[in-house]
Amino acid sequence: MSTEIEEAGAVRTRVALKTRSLSVHYGDSPAVRDITLEVPTNRIVAFIGPSGCGKSTLLRCFNRMNDLIPAARVDGEVLFHGRDLYAPDVDPVEVRRKVGMVFQKPNPFPKSIFENVAFGLRINGFKDDIGERVEQSLRAAALWEEVKNRLDAGALSLSGGQQQRLCIARALAVEPEILLMDEPASALDPTATSRIEDLIRDLKRDYTIVIVTHNMQQAARVSDETAFLYLGELIEFNETERLFTNPDNERTEAYITGRFG
Amino acid sequence: MSAPPFGPHGAEHVTAPTAPSIDPRGGRFEPRIETRRRKGRVFQALCLGAVIFGIASLVVLLVDVAADGLDVLSIDFLTRYASRIPSRAGIRAPILGSLWVMALVAAVSFPLGVGAALYLEEYAPKSWFTRMLQTNIANLAGVPSIVYGILGLAVFVRFFALGRSVLAGALTLALLILPVIIISAQEAIRAVPNSLREASYGLGATRWQTIRHQVLPVAMPGILTGTILALSRAIGETAPLIMIGALTFIAFDPATPLDSFTVLPIQIYNWVTLPQEEFRHLAAGGIVVLLTALLLMNASAIVLRNRYRKKL
Repeated sequence: MSTEIEEAGAVRTRVALKTRSLSVHYGDSPAVRDITLEVPTNRIVAFIGPSGCGKSTLLRCFNRMNDLIPAARVDGEVLFHGRDLYAPDVDPVEVRRKVGMVFQKPNPFPKSIFENVAFGLRINGFKDDIGERVEQSLRAAALWEEVKNRLDAGALSLSGGQQQRLCIARALAVEPEILLMDEPASALDPTATSRIEDLIRDLKRDYTIVIVTHNMQQAARVSDETAFLYLGELIEFNETERLFTNPDNERTEAYITGRFG
Repeated sequence: MSAPPFGPHGAEHVTAPTAPSIDPRGGRFEPRIETRRRKGRVFQALCLGAVIFGIASLVVLLVDVAADGLDVLSIDFLTRYASRIPSRAGIRAPILGSLWVMALVAAVSFPLGVGAALYLEEYAPKSWFTRMLQTNIANLAGVPSIVYGILGLAVFVRFFALGRSVLAGALTLALLILPVIIISAQEAIRAVPNSLREASYGLGATRWQTIRHQVLPVAMPGILTGTILALSRAIGETAPLIMIGALTFIAFDPATPLDSFTVLPIQIYNWVTLPQEEFRHLAAGGIVVLLTALLLMNASAIVLRNRYRKKL
């Protein structure tokens, strides 16, 4: 892969996360098969593919969210700072603070705007000024100006797009290294979607982002690298521009030109 | 019906894209809009009838009881102990007994019921064992209350030697309503959207932090409603308390959970069985007191629920 060339020069890109022969089964049916890939630091990686291709399942391996599904079984390794996230001595609670997640439908807690962002800080024993950290997080999520005068208002009073940015702020508050986004704009209108996309590009400076999307234009617009999954297998993982203009694999080409999926 | 389903040249046209399939004027449909509408109106009338039947019976009952009982209602009636002489009889001991029993029942059944529901919904693996527990809890909810009375007599009165005390009665009633509380609390917990749990776990919350800060606050209005409805059932229970030997003639205030006691429905039952007409008026007065207590409990359920809803 050509991730070794950075704008600054020929610096080898650091790897934020990598998988080795990762497979996931729900009961007896395989959802993800033998996937090996590397997510480089401070980049945006998009997973695309038709519905049911396993892209969300793969994403949910990165913060052990699949643990919540009793029938899910994960084989292989997910390496984060050289440690397998699925090793028996790794606590998923610890993983999830370092690898944050934003979900498909905005899911703010039915509490105030402030408490939504403060919750992660409180449960993780944040020792500093919570108010200040809440403000930083809301600023980072480009929501501060809209809510600074009504932090005590209920989060459910916000619009869908604002709710999703609140969920991003909430995830950022606990200082993750990687942010997983599972179709974060699919429930939003085009204006809110483009704000979220701008935000995602801004966040790349400080975070590594993995985004699942069913929207190929979105993947093309925001991501640096794109993985195409089909029937649980990784068909192609390439630079986004390359994958969308001159893919190596003919199935990728068939998919992006709309011939199936 | 009159149009042929296939084209004029026979079956070979079936697969051709130009073959007419359905007559555009709806020849194959018989909409009968008027009949369908009429069926809807009949059903609506039946539903209205069901509502009127329920409300009307309740009103008749209330008017009948109030007509018999209102003239005996007075401060004296509420503050006097029972008596052989109807004009001196009051309902003080049963009121206090019912208050004692209800307070203890709530204190025992609420934490046990919510704890069991949380275990079954949030912790228990989805195994055959859990399913068996679940089925049996549903069955327990249907066990006749007299059976709980026998259980209370054997376990609390005899085995734990609590005697015919407030505590023995309260524990028996707590067991009786426990299945109902568990099931209604489970429903409330299950109604909490999974997306909230995922959001909480996604931030690095433990299971307990998720339950404590996200699941329980959202489920609480439903849990409280179910609990208070279950308590309303307990306050009217007579059979199991007769079984464990709640007395009918108590001329003192129960001061500790180990004192003997009586409750409103037992007092009412006792008065109804006496031959003199005056006692029947006393019974009606007792029913008014019992129903008032019930209404107050249900009202407090609504107030509590609304207060929790507003906080969200």
